[in-house]
Amino acid sequence: MRATRLFRRPRPLTLRAREELDFYLAISPWAIGFIVFGGGPLVASLVMSLTDWTGLTTRHWVGVQNYVAMVTADRDFFTVLRNTFYYSFGSVSLGVVLSLAVALLMNQKVPGINVFRTLYYLPAVTSGVAIAIMFAWIFNPQVGLINFLLSLIGIKGPLWLASQQWAMPALILMSLWGVGGNMVVLLAGLQGVPEELYDAAKVDGAGKWREFLHVTLPMISPVVFFIIITSIISTFQVFENVYIMTRGGPGTATRVYVFHLYQNAFEYQKMGYASALAWVLFLIILGLTWLQLRASRYWVYYEFEGETR
Amino acid sequence: MSSTTAAPQGQRGITLRSVRWYRRKAVRELARVVCVYILIVPGAILLLLPFLWMLSTALKLPKQIFVFPPQLIPNPPQWRNFVDGWTKYVPFTLYLRNTLIITGNNILGNLFSCCLAAYGFARLRARGKDVLFLLVLGTMMLPFWVTLIPQYVLFSRLRWTNTFLPLTVPAWFGWPFFIFLLRQFFMTIPRDLDAAARIDGCSTWGILWRIILPLSKPALATVAVFAFIGNWNNFLSPLIYLRDQDKYTLAIGLQRFQGVHGNMQYHHMMAVSTLIVLPILVVYFLAQRLFVRGIVMTGMKG
Repeated sequence: MRATRLFRRPRPLTLRAREELDFYLAISPWAIGFIVFGGGPLVASLVMSLTDWTGLTTRHWVGVQNYVAMVTADRDFFTVLRNTFYYSFGSVSLGVVLSLAVALLMNQKVPGINVFRTLYYLPAVTSGVAIAIMFAWIFNPQVGLINFLLSLIGIKGPLWLASQQWAMPALILMSLWGVGGNMVVLLAGLQGVPEELYDAAKVDGAGKWREFLHVTLPMISPVVFFIIITSIISTFQVFENVYIMTRGGPGTATRVYVFHLYQNAFEYQKMGYASALAWVLFLIILGLTWLQLRASRYWVYYEFEGETR
Repeated sequence: MSSTTAAPQGQRGITLRSVRWYRRKAVRELARVVCVYILIVPGAILLLLPFLWMLSTALKLPKQIFVFPPQLIPNPPQWRNFVDGWTKYVPFTLYLRNTLIITGNNILGNLFSCCLAAYGFARLRARGKDVLFLLVLGTMMLPFWVTLIPQYVLFSRLRWTNTFLPLTVPAWFGWPFFIFLLRQFFMTIPRDLDAAARIDGCSTWGILWRIILPLSKPALATVAVFAFIGNWNNFLSPLIYLRDQDKYTLAIGLQRFQGVHGNMQYHHMMAVSTLIVLPILVVYFLAQRLFVRGIVMTGMKG
């Protein structure tokens, strides 16, 4: 008789507790996913980066040797870093300026502008192998589209992907084709600028240029800042185009960071070393984001700054 | 930008001066429109040219490809290239089937897991919710490459490599970007509706199923479209996990095709590439409004 008391019927949950339980139920797929595919692997890759594991042999603890090897033993490491910075800087700086220019144009009230917005955004959704193959063909030095267009204005085009010097500019040029992605985000920012500010600027006698410099730019600076960060993060992880169009070549001209990582992990089976590379990438991206956040204090204008401090 | 300067005032009615003023304004407006067109029309052509170039090559005979200067409109167009490219080299129909299985599964999985999580974050009160939501946002920025190797190790321990499982199972466990997008959308649905449904005896899950989801069709469609495009284009995961040729997806099949025949069969390669890009273009034009809404809502490019 006594024993049954131990299994008393649970008291009915209060509404509040019930809601809390439902919350944890609702997010449980994500939470499991986060532990198994996100946070767990993040920690695991840190642990793996401290071993000499190849995926087959037994694991040995090697401490920070993988990290030391990057700067001492890996002859390509600094080349890879330089290439990645080159690509990222070229693609982000040109991309941001271009997308801002396009967004300003797309913000003009002219008939049919929606059709143009649709067309300009189109390339941004069509990434993938087919597009990379298409661009490899466009950059063909003998009969490709680019060199044909250049020949029309009397320029003899370079060898592009086959040239140490021009392969990277080709990849950067190709990335500009997807300018529509950032354009749409900037456009949303532009449309959020209150009309009163432009009216006020007009009353103060500002021309179009000063209006842009003193109204538009400060008001959309958070959006610009945002796309700079996301663009840096994504350009640091460029892989597909490199893998399909150049395989890192010619020589090491387009060997970028994650391509190096991919080969170390899945072609040379150096899982430990590749994990160390992955963590350095993580830290670089974290560091760049932090740097941007710091720098943004000086140039990004947040409308509600006064209230949050 | 609309000019807001008021017309000169003075006399009542339309005077000669104000007629001139309006005419000058119309001329200036016309000049602005023309200037914008002069910039955006060539830009649009430049952006579309790669597609036209691909299509043009796809319709050529091999000997026409290496003619210089190239003809943009091949004569006669070789429509056969689409059939030959698709069937003669690698089994693209099989790869299409594989791609559709993976893509379809992932769309369903993402909708299921992300709707649930988004509903929790948008509507239910619980301790630790804010911290957990910050984790969602944080993982949105987490580089895919950092978690890739341990994931690979995990899947090979489970003996899942060379199956579709590493490509399909994670979709059922949420995708931070979609959770964020859906949560933002759910937040815009008035809470009064929840309350009314609850008074009528709806449970928490009933509210999600009968109130929130039916009102969120545009957001669900946006997620479905983004998931379709992301999975259709996905290259890295199939590259790492699929080894047997009969398990390849379209992306891997095309890449292998390029590796083997890429230097010779440009016309066939461009034909297949066109066919593989085509569904994306169709979906894009059908659903373009959803894209813009999704991007504006999250500030992300997908």
